Amino acid sequence: MKEFTHVIADPLGLHARPAGLLVKAAAAYQSTVTVTAPTGKADAKRIMAVMRLAAKQGMELTVTCEGPDEEAAAAGLQAFLKENL
Amino acid sequence: MIQGSGLPVFPGVAIGNGVVYRKAQRQAAAPSGNPKQEQEKFDQACATAKEQLSALYEKAVKELGAEKAAIVEVQMLMLEDLDYLEAVAAEIAAGTPAATAASECGEGIAQVFAGLDDAYMQARAADIRDVSQRVADILCGADGFRLPDGEFLLIAEDLAPSETIQLPRERILAFITRQGSSSSHTAILARTLNIPSLVQANISLEDAQNAHIVAVDGFTGNWYIDPDVETTTMLQKKKEEAAAGRAALEAYRGRKSVTKSGKQILLCANIGSPEDAELAMKGDAEGVGLMRSEFLYLGRDSLPTEEELFTAYRKVAEIMQGRPVVIRTLDIGADKQADYLGLDKEENPALGLRGLRICLTREDIFRPQLRAIYRASAYGSLSMMFPMVASPWELRQAKALCMDVRRELIAEGHPVGEVPIGVMVETPAAAVLAEQLALEADFFSVGTNDLTQYTLAVDRQNANLGKFYDPYHPAVMSLLGHIAKCAKAAGIWAGICGELGADPKLTETFIKMGYTELSMAPGRILETRKLVCESEV
Repeated sequence: MKEFTHVIADPLGLHARPAGLLVKAAAAYQSTVTVTAPTGKADAKRIMAVMRLAAKQGMELTVTCEGPDEEAAAAGLQAFLKENL
Repeated sequence: MIQGSGLPVFPGVAIGNGVVYRKAQRQAAAPSGNPKQEQEKFDQACATAKEQLSALYEKAVKELGAEKAAIVEVQMLMLEDLDYLEAVAAEIAAGTPAATAASECGEGIAQVFAGLDDAYMQARAADIRDVSQRVADILCGADGFRLPDGEFLLIAEDLAPSETIQLPRERILAFITRQGSSSSHTAILARTLNIPSLVQANISLEDAQNAHIVAVDGFTGNWYIDPDVETTTMLQKKKEEAAAGRAALEAYRGRKSVTKSGKQILLCANIGSPEDAELAMKGDAEGVGLMRSEFLYLGRDSLPTEEELFTAYRKVAEIMQGRPVVIRTLDIGADKQADYLGLDKEENPALGLRGLRICLTREDIFRPQLRAIYRASAYGSLSMMFPMVASPWELRQAKALCMDVRRELIAEGHPVGEVPIGVMVETPAAAVLAEQLALEADFFSVGTNDLTQYTLAVDRQNANLGKFYDPYHPAVMSLLGHIAKCAKAAGIWAGICGELGADPKLTETFIKMGYTELSMAPGRILETRKLVCESEV
């Protein structure tokens, strides 16, 4: 299992656009990807669940990847979040 | 050419593309009764929906840019969302027809979003409904109602406030409805937008459906489907004359509204939203005499939050740049319904739980609005007035709540301005008791539409009662005179904010009675100012 954290920098928070991008990015990996925010926990491959977190700027997200490609998933998603959120 | 007539609610001429509005019609297709087949139908419908959205996305990227188009992209992702697909599959396996499962599961998820404590996510509920509706529409073989590009005249049986609110108002040239009355919501909106419109028009929706060009003459009340050359020329000429007339009124822009004898009248606008406040400024209003706050509560699925209300009021206060703004507290009920309030169906809603009566019964609805008004008062010159007051105790109880809210906000450290509190006089009881109410109110504003309806016991929504709904009735005029007299005696101001406020036949009468404020549709300000300035009164 690989885990990393990311603090949301986007002033709009985890709104629809980045949520959509995140789901697409997570779907590229076989691993199970879970996002935990202070508002709840979501499967990163399910957009409704991710949006339902309503995570805001300044909140810390914990991303957990588990599966055969967890190394690559964690690295890839960390880079993705830095760039987009 | 086919022609006919209706009741005009705003003068002017419009010619253009006619669009017949219809509610998204859906008839559940006969279910096969076989879960496996239903699931296949659902999967196919999802694929079709994705194709449609993908075409829409390409178009949106070109026209609006990738940022705004992303919402369509998200809708496409929703159709791949396992929470949604698993819920639908479970329902179908349990024997539910595909179309029902598609819309019910979408509704279930939409409800969750509507309940989130986040205005942005709440608004996403509509996106989710929209996409699940699309799938259901495909399954039912219905295409759903989609508006065309560009400007158009909208023709409908009738339009509810929750429907008009979702329309792209800047593209509407005119409304033609078969139902409605001169004081119905569509008529009010037409006047706010300054677009010629007809209600109670004898137009066939089928004819209109097949029309190429539709025209409305808001001066005569005539409508035309595919007008001939002669008619078109006549209408064009009228249109140009109307434009010239409006241009001549521009001489009154920026002037004070003072009669020849020196009586100054404040000419204000009636508005429903921050966008309308822009129209008020464009119309050269000296303030807002009536902000119908209920439109922030309509066309949605949950109560607006204090923050949303505060943002809207603050925007209005800022747009009006220090000019006075009177916010009428929530007047819902009667012809304006919101399902999420969970109010009982009433036999006689005009006499039912509406206006201040709801607010005094449901503090959970009223308090956030009062907090939002007081918070926004720090950004301009806000007043508030209560609708449907019939007894002094109602005013007292509402005022006590206001004082409580004000203290609470000050204790929380919010900047709060002075907010004069007035009574919207619209029940005969309030008019008769004006002397007593004037001692406890900071101002009066007369809602002539309801005052006429209640004084004459004539339902203003009922198209068959047109000739009985007479706002010039001596009983109404007598009450109006009494209200102004009582206000003057108590040293408070009185205004008119109903449709009569812009009635050129009554401008002088009102000034003589002692009214010092008239509030009307933004497009009527300049012509009324001309009347005031030319008056000898």
